[in-house]
Amino acid sequence: MISTIFRRALYSLPIALAVSLFCFLLVHIAPGDPINAILPPDAPADVIAQVKESYGLDKPLPVQFGIWLFHILQGDLGRSLATGRDIWPDLHSALANTLVLALASAAIGFPLGTLFGSVAGAFRGTWIDRLAVGIAVAGVSVPHYWLGMVMVVIFSVILNWLPSMGASPDGSGAWALDWEHLSHLVLPAITLSVIPMGIVTRTLRGIVGDILNQDFITTLRGKGLKRGGLMLHVVKNAAPQALAVMGLQLGYLMGGSILVETVFAWPGTGLLLNNAIFQRDIPVLQSTILVLSMFFVGLNLAVDLAQALLDPRMRR
Amino acid sequence: MRKLLLAATLSLVAVTAQAEKVLRIAMTAADVPTTTGLPNNGFEGMRFLGYPIFEGLVLWDLSSADKLAGLRPGLAESWEQDKADPKTWIFHLRHGVKFHDGTDFNADAVMFNMERFFNKDSPQFEPAAGGITRARAPLLASYKKIDDFTVAISTTRPASYFPFMMVYPLFTSPASFEAAGKDWAKVALLPAAGTGPFKISKFVPRVSVELEKFDGYWNKSGMAHLDKVVLLPMPEANTRMAALRSGQVDWIEVPPPDGLESLKSAGFKITTGSYPHVWPWFFNIGATNSPVADVRVRQALNYCIDREGLVSLLAGTAEPSVGWLKASDPNFGHPANHYKLDPAKGKALLAEAGFTAAKPLTFKAMISPSGSGQMLPMPMNEFLQQSLKENCNVDVSFEVVEWNTLLGAARYVPDSPNLKGSMVINVSSPSSDVSVMSRYFTSANFSPAGFNFEHWKDDEFESALAKLESATDPTEISAMTQKLHERLVDNPPWLYIVHDLNPRAMSTKVTNFVSPQSWFIDLARVDMK
Repeated sequence: MISTIFRRALYSLPIALAVSLFCFLLVHIAPGDPINAILPPDAPADVIAQVKESYGLDKPLPVQFGIWLFHILQGDLGRSLATGRDIWPDLHSALANTLVLALASAAIGFPLGTLFGSVAGAFRGTWIDRLAVGIAVAGVSVPHYWLGMVMVVIFSVILNWLPSMGASPDGSGAWALDWEHLSHLVLPAITLSVIPMGIVTRTLRGIVGDILNQDFITTLRGKGLKRGGLMLHVVKNAAPQALAVMGLQLGYLMGGSILVETVFAWPGTGLLLNNAIFQRDIPVLQSTILVLSMFFVGLNLAVDLAQALLDPRMRR
Repeated sequence: MRKLLLAATLSLVAVTAQAEKVLRIAMTAADVPTTTGLPNNGFEGMRFLGYPIFEGLVLWDLSSADKLAGLRPGLAESWEQDKADPKTWIFHLRHGVKFHDGTDFNADAVMFNMERFFNKDSPQFEPAAGGITRARAPLLASYKKIDDFTVAISTTRPASYFPFMMVYPLFTSPASFEAAGKDWAKVALLPAAGTGPFKISKFVPRVSVELEKFDGYWNKSGMAHLDKVVLLPMPEANTRMAALRSGQVDWIEVPPPDGLESLKSAGFKITTGSYPHVWPWFFNIGATNSPVADVRVRQALNYCIDREGLVSLLAGTAEPSVGWLKASDPNFGHPANHYKLDPAKGKALLAEAGFTAAKPLTFKAMISPSGSGQMLPMPMNEFLQQSLKENCNVDVSFEVVEWNTLLGAARYVPDSPNLKGSMVINVSSPSSDVSVMSRYFTSANFSPAGFNFEHWKDDEFESALAKLESATDPTEISAMTQKLHERLVDNPPWLYIVHDLNPRAMSTKVTNFVSPQSWFIDLARVDMK
């Protein structure tokens, strides 16, 4: 097991590097210039040249990438072009905020998706199945930002029950486990949970349906096993696949939803990436994507290990 | 007895807490503007993280809503042009000014900051702040300390309007830089000390910044009325509106125009005010075979658009623009052309230039779907497209690019392939004073060296500007300014479309707000019930 972990960790390094290089190239292929976000539009050419030189943007692209990589290998994520600040503290706080939001969304979306999917799979072809499928399709199809805005209008503007934006009541961004802070989490977490809920529902419906049609279930039924006992077997067989889907979804949630975080002014990685893209803040973009890709790889590894624990066949 | 005392103490604390006046503002910026004393995020950054905290030798006079903001003494009590050398300006610094950290403001602090902005070899050089300042004060050539409270600043050529450029270098305490280990990235987190009516009391990167009233402010008549101001970046207009309506903020910048009626009916105040902003199309005059190289075409287009209709589309949050300055500005002058919707005149001019029903004028416009100061670019440009077609049979197609790309396009040479054949670009701009006019329209500033994207050259304009730059008599300066503006109207480098009216929405608790004719506001005057 330890060698598996070590091997997978090693594999993740070239993946992260390739992702970073790909991202670096994409940013440079796209039109636009970080200078446009730093200087006023009427900045004269000599000023632009001097600022480019100060930030190393005048160097050839391979050299720029090499310098960035050299610093990364020393644990230095560099500084933002837009703010001049170190990237790591900003990225750290964004990751923490997105983690809170992702876990809250998962805590809503995964159990609901599991419930709807299992019930739909167990009662295929019935109105319960159709209802669950309807919810799943709606969850996957409804645009996040639209749902977010509708919820803000209802729960913040009309009813005034919940705050409409931010991660904390005083604008401090500091997190605490009390209702004042939790209330800020409710609307974005619900909004963000609908997609994983829909996907988990669809997946579980298929898995449960398939398992219920398998020979060993027929055998167990024939031997007189009751519904509760049967479901235990179904859950055990469905768990590895369900876990894989949920792990993947959690990875997506950790990437941060640009739209949801923008609508709710939630200071997570989605908002950080969004700003970095529009400002062409290349160091922030590269470092954030690198850290997120490492997280994604780590999460996949954790899911694989959990699957192996649940299903001995996966260990082979 | 102890319970009674405790209750009394708690009541006192509660009353004190209640009495604290905290104003929460949602900005349109996507991030908190930088906090080292020369903020990024354009003029919104200067509005909130600039002037309330850090000051210049010269400041904007933001006391009146009735006239275009002029200048007033700031950290310099007075200034004059050196009679022997008109390229040199002597600034007499104000005595008794303290930075928020308790250190003195003096000529050494001025020199420290000048080196920070203009000398790339100085230890305190801050590239971004230096770039921004140099872009806004391009004529500044050198500086020297004369004594502890006098400095001399020289320009590359005599320029009577140079004081307008001196509102942009803002001054940060040298002690802030020292305390942060001579690292501006760490100064940002200290926070940095300025001399303004507010000091930064708390900064949470990407989330908020809190300003606190500075009791030691030098200008006792300009002391802040509020105890605290919390500034929150909120780029999405509907999010800002919801935050206001749910009571999370007291003031929002730029509410969505289609939400104004609902905000009014919900009891919120909507403030609008004229300010020096133009939402134009820049003509690409210098391109090979450009149809807009002919002045008659540019004049024609200015007669072919329905500005009033566009204002209606924007729910009255803009006013028609018929020149670089507003028609009511004393320096508007007396141009021969009075632009308004006049399709007959527009068509006649187009026909003179060779564009008829059989051979209609056709060109491409480069626009963005959003951007700072861009108002609602998509529906506005679509309205103009329709207006030009209906009124003068002009066919306009769009090249839609992201805002960052459009900003870059303003520096391309006219025939650059990156413009993709665009004959106009839509970039909103300030129109505050002659120093801006000179940066935008002199032939020395042709792109890519400067911001004269159009490659517009007008000999009368250049001659009047040269006279204005060397003039010292206010009457002559005013006469030349009018002349400059008349040329901008009669030989238009831009299609003048609208001036934004700078809408804001705020709670009725907010009082004393004056919407000055400026991109900036005096936050110290604002109060709360």
